[in-house]
Amino acid sequence: MMSKTGPNKRKQKLTEFIDSPDYSRRRWQWFIAVLMTMVAFDLLVEFLVDKEHAVFAWEQLPGWTALFGFLFCLLIIFVVRFLGYFCGLKQGEDYYDDE
Amino acid sequence: MITDWLHPGLLYFLGAALIPLLFRTRAEGRIRQLCLLLIPLLAILCVCFMLMNAPSEGSFWHAHFIGLELILGHVDKLSLLFALVFTVMSLIGMIYALHLKANGEHVATYLYIGSALGVVFAGDYFTLFVFWEIMAFASAYLVFAQATKAAREAGFRYLLVHISGGLCLLAGIVILYTETGPALFGPINTTGPAFWLILVGFILNAAVPPLNAWLTDAYPEATITGAVFMSAFTTKTAIYVLLRAYPGTEVLVWLGAVMAVYGVVYATMENDCRRLLAYHIVSQVGFMVAGVGLGSAMSLNGAGALALTNIIYKGLLFMAAGAVIYMTGCRKLTEMGGLYRCMPLTMTLYMIGAVSISAFPLFSGFVSKPMILAAAQHDHQAIVFLVLTLASCGTFLSVGLKLPYYMFFGKPGDSTSNKHNADNSLEPPLNMLIAMSFAALLCIIIGVFPNLLYAILPYPVDFEPYTASHITGSLNLLMFTALGFFLLLKYIVPKNTISLDSDWFYRRGARLFSWFAHHPVARYEAMVSEFANTVLLRALYACAALGLWIDTHVIDGAVNGIAKTIIRSAEKIRHLETGVLSHYALGMCLGIVLSVAVYFGLGDIGFNLMTGKD
Repeated sequence: MMSKTGPNKRKQKLTEFIDSPDYSRRRWQWFIAVLMTMVAFDLLVEFLVDKEHAVFAWEQLPGWTALFGFLFCLLIIFVVRFLGYFCGLKQGEDYYDDE
Repeated sequence: MITDWLHPGLLYFLGAALIPLLFRTRAEGRIRQLCLLLIPLLAILCVCFMLMNAPSEGSFWHAHFIGLELILGHVDKLSLLFALVFTVMSLIGMIYALHLKANGEHVATYLYIGSALGVVFAGDYFTLFVFWEIMAFASAYLVFAQATKAAREAGFRYLLVHISGGLCLLAGIVILYTETGPALFGPINTTGPAFWLILVGFILNAAVPPLNAWLTDAYPEATITGAVFMSAFTTKTAIYVLLRAYPGTEVLVWLGAVMAVYGVVYATMENDCRRLLAYHIVSQVGFMVAGVGLGSAMSLNGAGALALTNIIYKGLLFMAAGAVIYMTGCRKLTEMGGLYRCMPLTMTLYMIGAVSISAFPLFSGFVSKPMILAAAQHDHQAIVFLVLTLASCGTFLSVGLKLPYYMFFGKPGDSTSNKHNADNSLEPPLNMLIAMSFAALLCIIIGVFPNLLYAILPYPVDFEPYTASHITGSLNLLMFTALGFFLLLKYIVPKNTISLDSDWFYRRGARLFSWFAHHPVARYEAMVSEFANTVLLRALYACAALGLWIDTHVIDGAVNGIAKTIIRSAEKIRHLETGVLSHYALGMCLGIVLSVAVYFGLGDIGFNLMTGKD
């Protein structure tokens, strides 16, 4: 009996952590912590490795990949919304039905 | 040895012929399943054997047909690379489709794979064209086999587009043959119409916008297993032929860059899970097309490597999405959600595919996609590099974040809350899980040991994926994309919508055409017939009446008059026959005198006239 409740309880805790809005803050904290760690590693690497291989100007910018990742994501979401709603590419599912 | 090697495509054609003969449609049993797996296994062995024996490179299996020399077996490193991944993917797909009892789909699949291998080993353009067309028709069956109205319509549109593309290709080949004579399959030397026609035929199969809509229209309507095969073969054979015939064509760089972004933008917009993945094929093929266009050894290697890894992880993603559809019966993201609790294995396998395609370190995308980016960097193509980086972010955004978030996490949708208890296991059948695990394993193996992949690329590889800055740079790019996604989550919530694409022109555009046929053209036709009915027809009636009057009065009168005259004159002549002998004797005498007079008088004049004397 005990052996069954153990994993079940752990599973329940895990699903709560993933699903429940109560843990929203905690989830963000973990996520930000991971991001900070990675930026730190990236800056460390950029500090240690010389930039002789750099071809483009923006590669001199410390942590440019993080910046570009974030900006490009915003750009795509903006373009998608612009095309979908303002240019009318998104239509109802019955758009082609009366063929 | 009788032949130096056996054409692997032949095995599939044999299989396609034998399956319906050996097994009845509903036949159960392990023997049938073993036979279904045996053919891909033999084909893999065959290709591996060719890879091991380097001297087997060259051209084999020549045949003659209507005065052309057909080369069925052109073998080099490039064709072996594609043949290897095609046969491996066919094995994975066959395991995934093993539960299917319908023979028709298995036959179509074998024909499809066999003809794809036929294209890969084709040594001349005519052979290429023949296999190209078999491929189009065999794959269309996988759409029709779904047997819904939507699938039938999509299947016909798929055929329509592919037949147009095939005709374009054929026209190009005919012009090429008349210009240069029968040509070996390789870089095209002319710059005339043949160059462009063949290019259009090829990039149609590569789904380059605006010729992309056949893919995103048909793949999500295909059967669950059929879509897995379709995602692997058609676009990748297109990349293969572009690598052979058009390396370093500059227009392809820009087409590929546009494609890569086009695909991710539409993928981010989509609600149907398999259509999202289909749009993402467009994006990935865009990377490859750009790689072909850049034309350096590194970029061509990159295009080949990306095609190989892409076939496996895209297959994995289609298999996982198909498994979810198979188990829940839902295909829209708005209907899904919270599935991680009942399908943890499927979710894990999907995520392996998703992080592979997004190029996370230790997964296969990390060792293939950056080769193309590095080639763009090497050529100082700043815009191409930025656009492809943008597409990389979009890849993770659509396939790695949006789809799994709304499918496996998020609020439980209709699919889970209504039909199933959220905690019951919903894992797909064992054969599907085995197929997905196999593909996931390959993604990881290639990611961890990239030299296995680099050893079979067509050119020597000078690329080291695992450098510190590349690892941290990629991770940052992707994780900050994730940050953007979670911050703007509420702006990309899927809705029950469809996205208009270039198929609008032959779906709504066709309607415009038929409106044009119904209204202006039909009205013109009505006017013409009205005119004919009122004016022309009446005039014709009047003419006919006049003709009748003339006939009865003039012609008939004339005929009757002549007849009456003849009768009357005959009456008169009858009176000459008096029956008195002396009258007859007088008549005979008069006749003789007249004859003599004519003979001597008129005869002389006639003789003189004839001889020209005076």
